[in-house]
Amino acid sequence: MNLLSNLISGLAIGSVYAVIALGYTMVYGISKMLNFAHGDVIMVGAYISFCATVYWNMPAWAGILVSMAFCTVLGIIIEGLAYKPLRGTGSLSVLITAIGVSYFLQNAALLIFGSAPKMFTSVFKGEAFELLNHQLVITRETVFTFSICIVIMLLMWFFTQKTKIGKAMRAVSEDNNAARLMGIDVNRTISLTFAIGSMLAAVAGVLLCSNYPVLMPTTGSMPGIRAFTAAVFGGIGSIPGAMVGGILLGIIEIFARAYISSELSDAIVFAVLIIVLLVKPTGLLGKKISEKV
Amino acid sequence: MRKNGKLVLSPYKKNEITAYLVVVLFFGIMASLKATGVLSRSLSGQLIPIAAYMIMAVSLNLVVGISGELSLGHAGFMSVGAFTGIITSLYLAQAGAPTVVRFVVATLAGGVAAGIVGFVIAIPVLRLRGDYLAIVTLAFGEIIRNILNVVYVGLDRNGLHFATTSDIALLEGGSMILKGPMGAITNEEISTLLEGFILVVVALFLAQNMLNSRTGRAIMAIRDNRIAAESIGLSVTKYKMIAFVVSAVLAGFAGVLFGLNFSSLAPVKFGFNQSILILVFIVLGGIGNIWGGVISAGVLTILPEALRQFSDYRMLVYAVVLIIVMLVTNNKSVGTFMSGLKGKLTSRKKEGGDDSEKN
Repeated sequence: MNLLSNLISGLAIGSVYAVIALGYTMVYGISKMLNFAHGDVIMVGAYISFCATVYWNMPAWAGILVSMAFCTVLGIIIEGLAYKPLRGTGSLSVLITAIGVSYFLQNAALLIFGSAPKMFTSVFKGEAFELLNHQLVITRETVFTFSICIVIMLLMWFFTQKTKIGKAMRAVSEDNNAARLMGIDVNRTISLTFAIGSMLAAVAGVLLCSNYPVLMPTTGSMPGIRAFTAAVFGGIGSIPGAMVGGILLGIIEIFARAYISSELSDAIVFAVLIIVLLVKPTGLLGKKISEKV
Repeated sequence: MRKNGKLVLSPYKKNEITAYLVVVLFFGIMASLKATGVLSRSLSGQLIPIAAYMIMAVSLNLVVGISGELSLGHAGFMSVGAFTGIITSLYLAQAGAPTVVRFVVATLAGGVAAGIVGFVIAIPVLRLRGDYLAIVTLAFGEIIRNILNVVYVGLDRNGLHFATTSDIALLEGGSMILKGPMGAITNEEISTLLEGFILVVVALFLAQNMLNSRTGRAIMAIRDNRIAAESIGLSVTKYKMIAFVVSAVLAGFAGVLFGLNFSSLAPVKFGFNQSILILVFIVLGGIGNIWGGVISAGVLTILPEALRQFSDYRMLVYAVVLIIVMLVTNNKSVGTFMSGLKGKLTSRKKEGGDDSEKN
């Protein structure tokens, strides 16, 4: 039973990582940048949802929508002001700018909300499900987190495979010059990817804080790094990879915490990442890159 | 090199001399300001960390700028150096060694320890490329920090005792040196500004000499075109390994200097954010430009202090400054303007028959 309940809580946190990783992977796939500010957009999303429900007395679903809208706009603004002018320059400059944006968001949140943690009330109200003669308890958060994650994955898969904009996104991430020649508005496609990534970050923020209710300006950074690891683990740039990577990482983390050592769980997660990358240098589902001479 | 009786310096030498001059000037001014009491207490307390960050900038530049591989875990090497240094220093203190000897031995021990860790990490890291390599260095940085969280070290008359839990049976008069997540809490502050200055010069000297050597040119050739370099017989792994290990040793030195400046130090200080901070130094200083990184390490450590008048807003201002600097330095029209300006200033000299560039 213990094993099963650990597996289930691993699935829950893994689903959150998967949604965050999806944002990382899409942005990386299209603009080849490591967007270290993504974790902080998650934090902003969680704060907005918190404000909407606690201060503005909105219902939980409206809070999520407001937070998604806010983060979408935030993503577009960040991309337009900080990243767009740097397109085509070295990847390190963009990386440092992303770090600047990350500092900015964290410190803005610190000024507005203070450093004292806020207690986030879960958006999924109701009693936990009890199965198998009350031996196995599954919280509502777990069920909803996992199902929302699956729904998002399916939607994103459908969006990138079947719609015209989604196909444009894939074309730009494959070869942006060729895409431009085919009449795709590359800049707009990249902005749109940021918008979608940030919208997903808002959802991830609400899911994260529903599972772990402590909300601080630094809430997003560690899950951000872990989810980034998950994206690399699954093969960065690949949407199913983000899903597989996120969920596996969550399960490994919970199992490491339960059966090996709670203090060393981070070290174990990162060690597994290193081993996977050594065996498959582009991640589990990543594409092989051949070098031209 | 002499030419027509005039001393002509190669760009390398010029760069090198400027670097040393800047460092000597900086520390000379700071030391005299500190002695006369002009410097505020918070700022004079920053001087040794600044020296440590300057060494870190040199160290990271060897990997990122010279070797061309992004490392996001350099604080890990720094922490290995710092805690090895603290253990060594306290052990020697018990043996009754004078402060200077303790510092020197601690520095060497920290450098060696960080070098060994760097070597072990480099074996898997150098098998990867590009962003994947960067992620693995990030992962190793976090692993080192995580492992340091469960290291407990005690010291008594019988010597050092290592354990992964806090229950170490110590003889009477013994004490705990490292306490897992709390880190070192009974450390003695023995770093001095002079020692910091000497270490910065040593780091610069090592880095500059390596750059101007056969090894340095091989490393840069591999950075610029790995396949071409490989095809003329350079061993990619060997040269990248040299750069990585030398960089780790320097980071270890910086760690010792940093660690022995605080009475208490926790492993959490050497997280991902610390690695990023150093990366920011060298990117703003100009990647691959050793002395640019050193200057920007100094400026960017003082900047948050100088922004104290903005009180709560200072980190926000810091973030905005960071973004604006990145945008401006990468802006094409600003770039054209600057190079145009530079061209106008130097054009007169060129007409004077300077043919050194053609050869």
